[in-house]
Amino acid sequence: MSGEHTTDTKSLVGKLVILAAAMFGFGFLMVPLYDIFCDITGFGGKIDTTRPAVVESQLPDLSRTVTIEFVTSVNEYAPWEFRPAVTSMEIHPGEFYETTFYARNLTPRRIVGQAVPSIAPGAAARYLQKTECFCFTSQQFEADEAKDMPVRFIVDTDLPEYVDRITLAYTFFVIDQVVSSSGTTGI
Amino acid sequence: MSATATHDLHDDHGPEKGWRRWVYSTNHKDIGTMYLIFALAMLFVGGAMSFVIRAELFQPGLQFVRPDFFNQMITMHALIMVFGMIMPAFAGFANWMIPLMIGAPDMALPRLNNWSFWLLPFAGVLLLSTLFMDGGAPASGWTLYPPLSLQTGNGFPFAMFSIHLLGLSSIMASINIIVTILNLRAPGMTLMQMPMFVWTWLITAYLLIAVMPVLAGGVTMLITDQFFGTTFFNAAGGGDPVLFQHIFWFFGHPEVYIIILPAFGIISHVIPAFSRKPLFGHDAMVYAIAGIAFLSFIVWAHHMFTVGMPLAGQLFFMMSTMLIAIPTAVKVFNWTATMWRGSISFETPMLFAVAFLFLFTIGGFSGLMVAIVPADFQYHDSYFVVAHFHYVLVPGALFGAFCGAYYWLPKWTGHMYDERLGKIHFWLSAIFVNLTFFPQHFLGLAGMPRRIPDYSTQFADFNMLSSIGAFGFGLSQLLFVYVIIKCVRGGEKATAEVWDNPPGLEWTVPSPAPHHTFEDPPIMR
Repeated sequence: MSGEHTTDTKSLVGKLVILAAAMFGFGFLMVPLYDIFCDITGFGGKIDTTRPAVVESQLPDLSRTVTIEFVTSVNEYAPWEFRPAVTSMEIHPGEFYETTFYARNLTPRRIVGQAVPSIAPGAAARYLQKTECFCFTSQQFEADEAKDMPVRFIVDTDLPEYVDRITLAYTFFVIDQVVSSSGTTGI
Repeated sequence: MSATATHDLHDDHGPEKGWRRWVYSTNHKDIGTMYLIFALAMLFVGGAMSFVIRAELFQPGLQFVRPDFFNQMITMHALIMVFGMIMPAFAGFANWMIPLMIGAPDMALPRLNNWSFWLLPFAGVLLLSTLFMDGGAPASGWTLYPPLSLQTGNGFPFAMFSIHLLGLSSIMASINIIVTILNLRAPGMTLMQMPMFVWTWLITAYLLIAVMPVLAGGVTMLITDQFFGTTFFNAAGGGDPVLFQHIFWFFGHPEVYIIILPAFGIISHVIPAFSRKPLFGHDAMVYAIAGIAFLSFIVWAHHMFTVGMPLAGQLFFMMSTMLIAIPTAVKVFNWTATMWRGSISFETPMLFAVAFLFLFTIGGFSGLMVAIVPADFQYHDSYFVVAHFHYVLVPGALFGAFCGAYYWLPKWTGHMYDERLGKIHFWLSAIFVNLTFFPQHFLGLAGMPRRIPDYSTQFADFNMLSSIGAFGFGLSQLLFVYVIIKCVRGGEKATAEVWDNPPGLEWTVPSPAPHHTFEDPPIMR
């Protein structure tokens, strides 16, 4: 084997190892990329759950009526009773509305929960703006405590023509474990 | 490299004696043989699991196993067959044949080659050991979707670590193969002159290096979600389980081409050899493989149409998926054109090649059906999907491996295999494989879901047929083992050429191929 050949092999192996390492990194890069992709497209009805939306005041479009449905569920192991005060509302885009969700801790101890919203159809996600929501923060429940939790929202007048029904779904999770072990989860 | 240098020094004597020959081996032929034997053993391990599955599905109701164990069998069958059987089988072919086809004395990195292989048995044992742990093996299917995969018991970290090892093994083997192909070709052999099997493996190896680390990343995230409190896939902590599906299928779709491309390569050798014509459109075939490899990176979400994607996403993934039909059709038509007006004879390898062509195309067509978004909502997670991917994997990839095994067995062993038994093996396999998987199309269209141990009574007849086919197919493979053992032990002496003037450098060395070949590179005409 000539010396030249050996160098060839070494540099080629080096390049291929770097490629493999880079692709391992790419796997992790998919995490933030996915969030960006979801933000842009509203993919899967994902929305910013961390802060209230800043909404410019708009002229309500009284000629248009959209049905908003509220759906609630609890995660498999979450010991809550959780339901919306009303199951649906008829609303006009551009106007503010408020409704409440009722939740009760079914255990005899204090637990912390986090509601995660999802909107269907995904295309409507960015037009449903929430100025106030119990999902922006985690919720602490004393033993057997019940709460009515408010949501204040507006549907943007730019909502695509074909959407006449939007479903806002909340899932309640127990997050004691998550918060204690990872600290910063952006909730 | 010191490994290469030492290797040159002991060229004059034969292999070491006893277990050292295999454990310490740096010889591409010995390592290739070990890969092939390992794959054959795993074919029966994974096959035994499918026997459990098909026995349970023989009749409606729960007869033999608990649903949870059934799902463990589903998962392990897939992981073993994909990572333990078909990938090592093709790695074995690569080890044996690539140096012989390009006129190289050995693989470029022989010591790494040894390590790549010897990771496999340990990874396999680690994976299988989860069956005996508290909570059993993963029961989430080979896709390992969270949160279900996170509910595996004590076996979870073992299964994940095993996948890491299997990935590491394939990445190292791929690096080795690329370096061998790019650096050790006989003087004068240009890239476009390389045989198709070498071409398919060059591209497969690049695919492996590109996607196995992504799977490793996804698996690492599963591990940290489970043990270190991260929430990549946990909605409560701001993560999203659908993200795992994206990561998995970004690996998973190229993975299916990793499985099938080497089979394409083998078929591209066998069809010309038995048609007594050169391969039609060699260069077009190379571009078609490259095209398939490129497309494989931008179609992954067609595995998850039902997660709720925007319309634009569905259209993009549907159309890019359908584009794959074009390079694939180029290949199928070129193989057919190679046979056109050829002087064809139907020895066992050719039979498997023709069956591959025919049955793989059926699998390709059902793939087009599931690519159609509105139709996919009906097919998704039904037995139709099971039928589709088994048609491309069993009479596709596995028949490709059988085809190559019969084609090169005389070169490996120096003896002709028993042609009569080989043909019987072919016909049993071809009949039973269709009996097993064809009825599953109908079951899926009628609404039978996959990965469920029980079913409604109207599915009983087709399931019974499918189970009979599966048992027949599995038992037929015992004949394959017998043919191999018989061929290793003795039989008619094979000539160097073996077949009727087949193309390729591998036929210029004697049969059986000596322990060291092409110490002086061949002169390319």
